[in-house]
Amino acid sequence: MEVFTMERWSPYAVGIGIGVLSWIAFVLSNKPIGCSTAFVRSAGLLERFFRGGKVDKKPYYQQFKPQVDWEWMLVLGVLIGALASAFLAGQFRWVWVPPVWAAEIGTSPVARWLVALAGGFCVGFGARWAGGCTSGHGISGTLQLAVSSWIAAVGFFVGGIATAMILYHVIAA
Amino acid sequence: MLTNLHSKNGLQLLLGLLLGIAFGFLLQKGGVTYYDVIINQLLLKDFTVVKIMLTAMVTGMIGVHVLVGLGLAQLHPKPGSLGMTIPGALIFGVGFGLLGYCPGTAVAAVGHGAADALLGGIVGMLLGAAAFAAVYPKLKPTLAKGDFGDLTLPRLLNVNPWVVAIPVVIAVVGLLWWLEHAGL
Repeated sequence: MEVFTMERWSPYAVGIGIGVLSWIAFVLSNKPIGCSTAFVRSAGLLERFFRGGKVDKKPYYQQFKPQVDWEWMLVLGVLIGALASAFLAGQFRWVWVPPVWAAEIGTSPVARWLVALAGGFCVGFGARWAGGCTSGHGISGTLQLAVSSWIAAVGFFVGGIATAMILYHVIAA
Repeated sequence: MLTNLHSKNGLQLLLGLLLGIAFGFLLQKGGVTYYDVIINQLLLKDFTVVKIMLTAMVTGMIGVHVLVGLGLAQLHPKPGSLGMTIPGALIFGVGFGLLGYCPGTAVAAVGHGAADALLGGIVGMLLGAAAFAAVYPKLKPTLAKGDFGDLTLPRLLNVNPWVVAIPVVIAVVGLLWWLEHAGL
């Protein structure tokens, strides 16, 4: 089973694999693969834990009920699958500052954490504003030839490339 | 359509979990759970992310449209509007550039021990989603601007889906061939 312990697979093999998963999801579950609604449901579950039932009165949580659903389980599975892959290849280790960031920007874990937190906030907020993320719009939506998803996919990369270029070539330069 | 299977809630949760495990495994094996790979894509130095996304898209596009033709699947295009899709995607993009992970890959990155994905990315995404839920009533008029619903490109052009899908597949295969040829 050497294939499972390899560190990397060809991006084309991985892409075909994800494409086939989308077929399975459509046929067996009648759903496109996506990830970002799991975050709003989890946020709602946490809010309900801390603030009680009034959370369910928020209109957005009536649309995306704070509960464990198919997509929430999918995201849990993503964690388990990546963990399994990393362990099989002997790649699991805690890293606070990714190597490219450390080399170009700095080795401070606090700086990396604060920028990641701000970035995560924008990702979570923007994904809900756009109604999907790089999975739901970027792969599942574009493969359905959805107009919303093609616009969103372009926007994700325009915003991402501009931000990364400014961060690495202007701020860190 | 396997409507009987679709209505079995417990089994669906299990299927979601199994599909997620396969998805996470593939993302990690593809290397796109690493900040370095994603940021180098956004800096246009490493095209692994684009190669995986485009290959997944064309594989999925062909298969799903065949399945729809056979009556085994139905499309679920996401609704959109100018006020929703454009600003939302750009805010997401800014976050994508700062965080260096997207929602799925951040979760998968935790699977190999990326502490920035866990304490920064996931915590931030939960806060961002909660903030969106809080401001959603005020944003509603903006979100409704320029609404085009769950339109697909074939419906927009009033053509058979394959009239769009086949040229897209050819263009993507050509682009991927060019990326390899250019050594990217």
